[in-house]
Amino acid sequence: MMKQEETHLQSSKSQDEQDMESLLLHDPDTDHRLPPQPVTIPHPFNSFLDPPSYAEAIFTSFDNNNNNNSPSSSNPQSPDFSSQPGSGSGSESDSDFLYISVTDPLKEQELATSLVPGGNAYYTYLITTRTNLPDFGGPGSEFSVRRRFRDVVTLSDRLSETYRGYFVPVRPDKSTVESQVMQKNEFVEQRRLALEKYLRKLGMHPVIRKSEELRLFLEVRGKLPLVKTTDVASRMLDGAVKLPRQLFGGEAGAEVSEVAQPAKGGRDLLRIFKELKQSVANDWSGTKPLVMEEDKEFMERKEKLVEFEQQLSTVSQEAESLVKSQQDMGETMGELGLAFVKLTKFETEEAIFEAQRIRATDTRNVATAAVKASRLYRELNTQTIKHLDKLHDYLGTMLAVNNAFADRSSALLTVQTLSSELVSLNSRIEKLEVASSKVFGGDKSRMRKIEELKEAHRVTENAKTCADREYERIKENNRSELERIDKERHDDFFSMLRGFVVNQAGYAEKMAAVWEKLAEETTTYSIDSS
Amino acid sequence: MQHSFFNTTSHTMNPSQRSLSGSLQSPRSPSSSQPFLSVSVTDPVKLGNGVQAYISYRVITKTNFPEYQGPEKIVIRRYSDFIWLRDRLFEKYKGIFIPPLPEKSAVEKFRFSAEFIEMRRLALDIFVNRIASHHELQQSEDLRLFLQAEEETMERLRSHENGIFKKKPSDFMQIFKDVQSKVSDVVLGKEKPVEESDPEYEKMKHYIFELENHLAEAQKHAYRLVKRHRELGQSLSDFGKAVKLLGATEGNSLGKAFSELGMKSEALSVKLQNEAQQLLVNFEEPLKDYVRAVQSIKATIAERANAFRRHCELSETMKLKEINLDKLMLIRSDKVGEAEYEYNQLKAESEQATKTFETIVRLMNEEIGRFQEQKTIDMGIAFHEFAKGQARLANGIADAWRSLIPKLEACSPSHRINQ
Repeated sequence: MMKQEETHLQSSKSQDEQDMESLLLHDPDTDHRLPPQPVTIPHPFNSFLDPPSYAEAIFTSFDNNNNNNSPSSSNPQSPDFSSQPGSGSGSESDSDFLYISVTDPLKEQELATSLVPGGNAYYTYLITTRTNLPDFGGPGSEFSVRRRFRDVVTLSDRLSETYRGYFVPVRPDKSTVESQVMQKNEFVEQRRLALEKYLRKLGMHPVIRKSEELRLFLEVRGKLPLVKTTDVASRMLDGAVKLPRQLFGGEAGAEVSEVAQPAKGGRDLLRIFKELKQSVANDWSGTKPLVMEEDKEFMERKEKLVEFEQQLSTVSQEAESLVKSQQDMGETMGELGLAFVKLTKFETEEAIFEAQRIRATDTRNVATAAVKASRLYRELNTQTIKHLDKLHDYLGTMLAVNNAFADRSSALLTVQTLSSELVSLNSRIEKLEVASSKVFGGDKSRMRKIEELKEAHRVTENAKTCADREYERIKENNRSELERIDKERHDDFFSMLRGFVVNQAGYAEKMAAVWEKLAEETTTYSIDSS
Repeated sequence: MQHSFFNTTSHTMNPSQRSLSGSLQSPRSPSSSQPFLSVSVTDPVKLGNGVQAYISYRVITKTNFPEYQGPEKIVIRRYSDFIWLRDRLFEKYKGIFIPPLPEKSAVEKFRFSAEFIEMRRLALDIFVNRIASHHELQQSEDLRLFLQAEEETMERLRSHENGIFKKKPSDFMQIFKDVQSKVSDVVLGKEKPVEESDPEYEKMKHYIFELENHLAEAQKHAYRLVKRHRELGQSLSDFGKAVKLLGATEGNSLGKAFSELGMKSEALSVKLQNEAQQLLVNFEEPLKDYVRAVQSIKATIAERANAFRRHCELSETMKLKEINLDKLMLIRSDKVGEAEYEYNQLKAESEQATKTFETIVRLMNEEIGRFQEQKTIDMGIAFHEFAKGQARLANGIADAWRSLIPKLEACSPSHRINQ
């Protein structure tokens, strides 16, 4: 993960580095030629070891455009609204904002319910929102709630249900290997950051930011008033219609609308079974299902997105490689500088000949240049990571897209299943009618059966109407979302590219200045021929 | 002293051209009355096959020295000939810091890349020129043989050397081990410590040994830096390719932007690979050369220790013989004649040993000053080239990325909207 790189950029102080700093800072020759950033002088070690703040001090001038679109590294202690994006889509005005911050992780104890003595500990986070959206209580309101990760899972699940077909941002993972391996503090901090990113993404989505679920999550103090989705046996199975229970002995009821929900997560195992049967029939039987994905434009776009995702994944990997190479370069340059510092110190102490003193000056200049260049590489990298993180973000978005496409498939499957049901019911009714017409005077049992089947048919038809509607709704959601992210992707990637390029150019120029200075300092040795 | 520039991108160092006091020897127009000796090592050619493969070089000498066949003579030499020369000089000119040779690499023989060959040629050229510009070494008969003898003669000399002398050609390590074993003998109480007690000399020895450590570390990091350049170049190339592919799937103006970025990235990759090579030749190699020079001094230090020991031993032995002779003279033994003869022999040897030792001391004192001056110049040049190379690279990178910005602007959506 690219964000890990940031923590690795900080290294511990050593005696050598202290030597280096003292050598560079107390030298009468170079004192005035030190980098003109005042941040470094009062805190020499911090500046050497603390890339992010140093970098940001320099980089307001380089890519001020970029701050609009990428979240800055936030402060864990206090909410930071200064650089959040105002709105998700470019068309909304800046007056319509929803800023979210996640801060202040606290360890809390679970109450009496646990069997383990001492109870289970968990972390809560302070979620602070500042907004002027009307749903939230008018202009300029700011409010906070405390939530735990479980609440976020609930929110995420409910959003997935409600907003089928939308590219609902994917929530952070529950627990990874990392949570076992990492130090608690690091893990909590990583989670805090991830939660913040996630909630901000939700806030940026033009539809979801207006959702009731999100509002409840952000506003309501105390226990989260969202029902946890009841999840049952088959998480692996994709959608299925919840067929009216009266078909199989349940009460009649207005459960027809439940076809609008995927079978996954529902209680109806029978529905799951039927839809599974249907999907197998789709895949394996020679016949095409009755209802098919028709939208050619959609198919094309989907294919393109799949290809895009693949390439994006490769670029993301190569970007990580690039970042690593830049980091290594910075490290080695720093080590070279350190070696020259030691050499300088040695020659200065042992100097007998004037030539040695001159050489010591030269090696000191080299050391200074190398150390400066090393710092620049590190800062360059910090910025590069921020820019290229957009790639990573989009891979996350692709997950949301895939989920939305899965919603569509499952809705389609429901429609297909119901269609098949209708067909089979029709044929059974027909058969029975033919059979009973041959019996003179009527066949009471058969007539009853026919009536039952006709009733089932009616109900199923209603269900199918519902399912059809749902499918159309999801299709429309897909379409509008595709348009939305097409534009956003354009804007986002352009600003990413621009930021990356400006960043590289800016730092290269700074490095050129460092080396040109060294060239000047050693110009007495230059060979005449060039 | 003249050097030929066969590779326009690499700068041949002219260590002998300048001194710190600023006097320049004019290399190109020596007056006929001034003695000059100018050598070039050129035209490397790979000969032989497989394990037997080796490189031969053309060595061109231009001189007006009376002992030399002039004004110009060209001979063909190989690496082992250079080793022969260095070993002979080391034997004859004790006390002088003999210029170092690049290491014999048994492994790389099979992988004689063009860059490796060129670097070796350069190092050999520098080697010979350092000898040719040293006011004592340039008088050497062995140098003259090296520069002038026919190839068959050279071959005979070379194999003769290998046969007779037990010491392996490039085996300075052995000398160190001798020194070290002497030290451990002393520690174990096997021998009386026979070492100089000159505090200044001690300081100098300590300095040399410490210096080697510092330089070796600097050189190690310089080499790593070369590798990092290559790695970064590779990353940029891979990144560029992937970005281009991504651009191809997009197709529209964003796709174009990606493609441009990818191409720039690939172009910069090439710059980085070039700079890596420059860094190797102009920065890392001089540092390595410096390390070798220090090792050469260590060999001289060992020689001085040997000379000192010999001088002490002979001195001791001579005194004993003198006592013995006096005894014999007293008792009017008929062995007096023999003893007197032996004593005189020994006295001559002892005086010779003392003289040898004192010469070494005198020479070393001169050499160390010259060494310090020379190294400051050598390193100054290396640092300057390093700085220039890095500046050139950085500027190239900056220009490349800067040139991309207007292209990006032209493709960008907001630009289109504003049109």
